[in-house]
Amino acid sequence: VTASAAPAPPLRRRRARRRRLARVGWNALGLAVFAVMAFPVYWMMSTAFKSGDEINSYAPKWLPVHATLLHFHDAIHTPFFWVDVKNSLIVVGVTVALSLVLAFLAAVALAKFRFGGRKAFILLMIVIQMLPANALIIPLYVVLARYHETGRLTGVIITYMTFVLPFSIWTLRGFIIGIPRELEEAAMVDGNTRFGAFVKILLPLVAPGLVATSVFAFIQAWNEFIFAYVLLTDSQKQTLTVWLAGFYGTSRGTDWGGLMAASTLTAIPVVVFFLIVQRRIAFGLTAGAVRG
Amino acid sequence: MSTDPIPAVPGTAAGTNVETFRRRRRPSRARVVRAVTPYGLVAPAAVVIAAVLAYPLYSLVRLSFERYGLFQLIAHHGTSVGLHNYGTLLHDPVFWATLKRTVVFTIVNVGLTMLLGTLIALLLVRVSAWVRILVTSGLVLAWAMPVVVAVQLWYWMTNYENGVVNYLLTKLHVGDYIQHDWYGSPTAALGVTTSLIVWGAIPFVAITLYAGLAQVPHDLREAASVDGAGALRTFKDITFPALKPIFLILTSLSIIWDFSVFTQPFLLLNSRPNQGYYLMSMYLYEKSIGVHEYGLGSAIAIVMVAIMLALSFFYVRQMVRVGDVR
Repeated sequence: VTASAAPAPPLRRRRARRRRLARVGWNALGLAVFAVMAFPVYWMMSTAFKSGDEINSYAPKWLPVHATLLHFHDAIHTPFFWVDVKNSLIVVGVTVALSLVLAFLAAVALAKFRFGGRKAFILLMIVIQMLPANALIIPLYVVLARYHETGRLTGVIITYMTFVLPFSIWTLRGFIIGIPRELEEAAMVDGNTRFGAFVKILLPLVAPGLVATSVFAFIQAWNEFIFAYVLLTDSQKQTLTVWLAGFYGTSRGTDWGGLMAASTLTAIPVVVFFLIVQRRIAFGLTAGAVRG
Repeated sequence: MSTDPIPAVPGTAAGTNVETFRRRRRPSRARVVRAVTPYGLVAPAAVVIAAVLAYPLYSLVRLSFERYGLFQLIAHHGTSVGLHNYGTLLHDPVFWATLKRTVVFTIVNVGLTMLLGTLIALLLVRVSAWVRILVTSGLVLAWAMPVVVAVQLWYWMTNYENGVVNYLLTKLHVGDYIQHDWYGSPTAALGVTTSLIVWGAIPFVAITLYAGLAQVPHDLREAASVDGAGALRTFKDITFPALKPIFLILTSLSIIWDFSVFTQPFLLLNSRPNQGYYLMSMYLYEKSIGVHEYGLGSAIAIVMVAIMLALSFFYVRQMVRVGDVR
């Protein structure tokens, strides 16, 4: 970095130029990556707005020139769309609410207390998250059938707890661990009980973590397909992903515009939520991995 | 570790005195409460986990030793057949073919995901700020797509009549793909599935690795390049060792996810229930739910879980270490 000798300036300039050229090259590559990653999403949305002729033309039309909302109109008037939106919201809402309450209590214990069995419990949370869903679906289906809970939303909520609860415990624990113990102790020195310190200090600090975890739990449950697909065979009682998976049915002539509009509608809540919490979750999942 | 406010000073009489003094003074009720609290907090979650996971897992093991078809499903109990289901499974050539296909599929998918994810993470360090924001938002957009939505999207883009992929490949002179049937052969169909899975998996890997890269001291990399180390060498000697724990976690997670991936291949290849297209999870589904053979299905599931536990040994070890930081 230090230039002392006479031939240094031209060398430095040459190096700077080469660096600038390299930067242009890297930027071009970056734009290509962006194009590949974003194009499918763009293609979905643009198809949803295109007219039927534009969709079916042999050479693809890159822009929806004759933009129309017709496909969205068709999609939301497809049988069972609103019923299934409601079902999805019920299943996801109950699952996330129940999981968050239980997970928060457990996460506090795992992060702030030392007790026998703590390590075993943490190990269990990790191993559980690796169980493939379609290995679990068989016994869950058999057990739920025994209690006549297949085909009902309660059954689906129970199966969703199998992955949302361990995930929430694990993630929340990470957020709570991140809160410095000194803050808590300071509050206790100030004359608060441990519980008082907890409510006044811990809760506000962990609130963003709670929001992030619940949003991510929402996304997981909203996107889930296998459990709902196996358990909910009655089209009156399905979730949005099952509805979307069956959108084109078995017929040859697929309504691509409607399908893409329906896909867009399904994805919108997830994308919105995702943008809110993405940064926090990417951190929460690997926090400490480098240090460890 | 210790929560005692005044640590004992070993060897000094004063320290011992203070210690015993405090011990005696401390109300025992508070100690009991303190010892019981964590169990009370964990209990509700533990009970639910026992009910929704432990019991079904126990049932899974038991079912794998039973004949449990539609009749038994209605009667609510199966007939014990010993190891018969495992015997059927191990003598099924489709099982072995599927296992082999799934292993190859997993290696290709994990390899591509990790390679491309790493390259994109390294690229993000080198590009201008505005390109970085653009690429990151593209990654997040892809990451946020629900799997079922992504499947429909791929189905549309690769469709026989006027899929945009067919058109683009033809225009780019890769070959004549007009009215190309991507689902005609297992290799091509699983290739399309691979592209879908890798596209969806790259963002998590790239963004996580990029976040990790930010924690690698910049001076170190700078120093290496000043010393004349090439990009590859800098990566091998400085970046990779620093990121090794993250690599390990990401690779193990990818292996776990890709080995048991179901929704993407099942929905994308649904119109071809041909055995030549099976991955383990589809084989499991078709042999159990598909034909109401829950006993045999449970045996397949157990074999799958066993393979995955073996594959993810390093992941679990690493995560337990991370979990033990404090």
